[in-house]
Amino acid sequence: MEYQAITVTKLNQYIKDKIDRDEYLNNILVKGEISNFKHHYTGHMYFTLKDENSLIKCIMFKSYTAHLNFVPKDGMKVRILGTVSVFERDGVYQIYCKAMQEDGLGDLYTKYNELKNKLELEGLFDDVHKKKIPYMPKIVGVLTSQTGAVIRDIINVSTRRNPNVYIRLLPVPVQGQGAEEKIADAIKLANENRIADVLIIARGGGSLEDLWPFNEEIVARAIYESEIPIISSVGHETDFTIADFVADLRAPTPSAAAELAVPEISEIYDKILAFEKRYKLDLKKKLELNRLRYEKCMKSRVFSEPLLHINEKYIEIDGINQELRINISQILNKSRNEAISLISKLDTLSPLKTLTRGYCIATASDGTTINSIHNIKKEDIINLRFKDGDVGAIIN
Amino acid sequence: MAEKTNFEDKMKELEKIAQELENGELNLDESMKKFEEGMKLSKECTKILDEAEKKITILISDGGELKEEEYKTVDET
Repeated sequence: MEYQAITVTKLNQYIKDKIDRDEYLNNILVKGEISNFKHHYTGHMYFTLKDENSLIKCIMFKSYTAHLNFVPKDGMKVRILGTVSVFERDGVYQIYCKAMQEDGLGDLYTKYNELKNKLELEGLFDDVHKKKIPYMPKIVGVLTSQTGAVIRDIINVSTRRNPNVYIRLLPVPVQGQGAEEKIADAIKLANENRIADVLIIARGGGSLEDLWPFNEEIVARAIYESEIPIISSVGHETDFTIADFVADLRAPTPSAAAELAVPEISEIYDKILAFEKRYKLDLKKKLELNRLRYEKCMKSRVFSEPLLHINEKYIEIDGINQELRINISQILNKSRNEAISLISKLDTLSPLKTLTRGYCIATASDGTTINSIHNIKKEDIINLRFKDGDVGAIIN
Repeated sequence: MAEKTNFEDKMKELEKIAQELENGELNLDESMKKFEEGMKLSKECTKILDEAEKKITILISDGGELKEEEYKTVDET
């Protein structure tokens, strides 16, 4: 079998696909030392991360570099949270960094991972506990900061999809000291007062520290215990806080969260109208069908000439009468003739006839007729019947 | 059909009625009855949508009690 050679592009694409699909590599935490660091004029940072015996290329896009709380320099020990992927053109795999921190501050990452694994083992992330987001919530609750783009985006998207939407904002601090208690309390309060049919917990992008309240256990448990289904949207699309793992549904952005919570009203109106159309059409078809059947019946001659049928019956009856009469008279004649011939035959054979011609019938004393001389002997008393009477006689 | 069924169930019911009408087993009277049932239900649904009224509010808790006030985004105030 001659081997089919694949192109370089295809090979790189294949490798990239393989790596992108690896869950672990999507959200990896690495530590190492920065070397040949370049802060590109575009604002992106290019560098390599190395340890004693190997190195890996890294890139940090401008949107993330804004959140660094230190200026990276060659030789610095850092910890990086990012995604490993392949830059196909050069056939190079590298880390796309989302957050970076001087290694001295490693504790947040370890805490993140420890809590994540602990809650995961406890089953707080399992799909079986995820509640269904209501198809048509009467009230949408939003837990986010009172000011800023998040609540504005959510309101804009929601009202666009449903001009008559009912949104209840329960303001919470989304970063800083003690924010986690306030967020957890707000979730409990929302449940106690049943303020909404679905809750959106959201905050904009930020550094690991900014998002930290949403990685706290107290918030994770509050979300887990919430009776009201929760959609979370914390940080950038590529950030995954523990709140996102526990929530019933995770949205990449606040606007996406609004789209998941609020159905597009015009679509629902269209759907309802479509149903009404279907009903009318179906009924019309059914009526049409029945009308045709009715017409077909009416066309049949039974209705158009009702008497026809009866007349036919009359004719039939007459016919039958006629036949009856003929048959009866035939039967009568036949039986009369038969009777006549029988009578005449009887006549000829009747013993009376022979008597009239001078014969008589001899019967013994026991009544049996004597038809041979051997049946009688001298002195027997016998009876003789003449055409006009009987006499007794003795044989001599 | 309990009155309190939620909106989603009503929409599912609308779909069910459409299918029943379409599968053709119903005679004329049953179809008429199903038709009326469907139209009544769809009116109910549109009524729910029409009656909804835009409300954007903010909940302020003072001492555990929740007070609800109209919420104006920054650019609206």
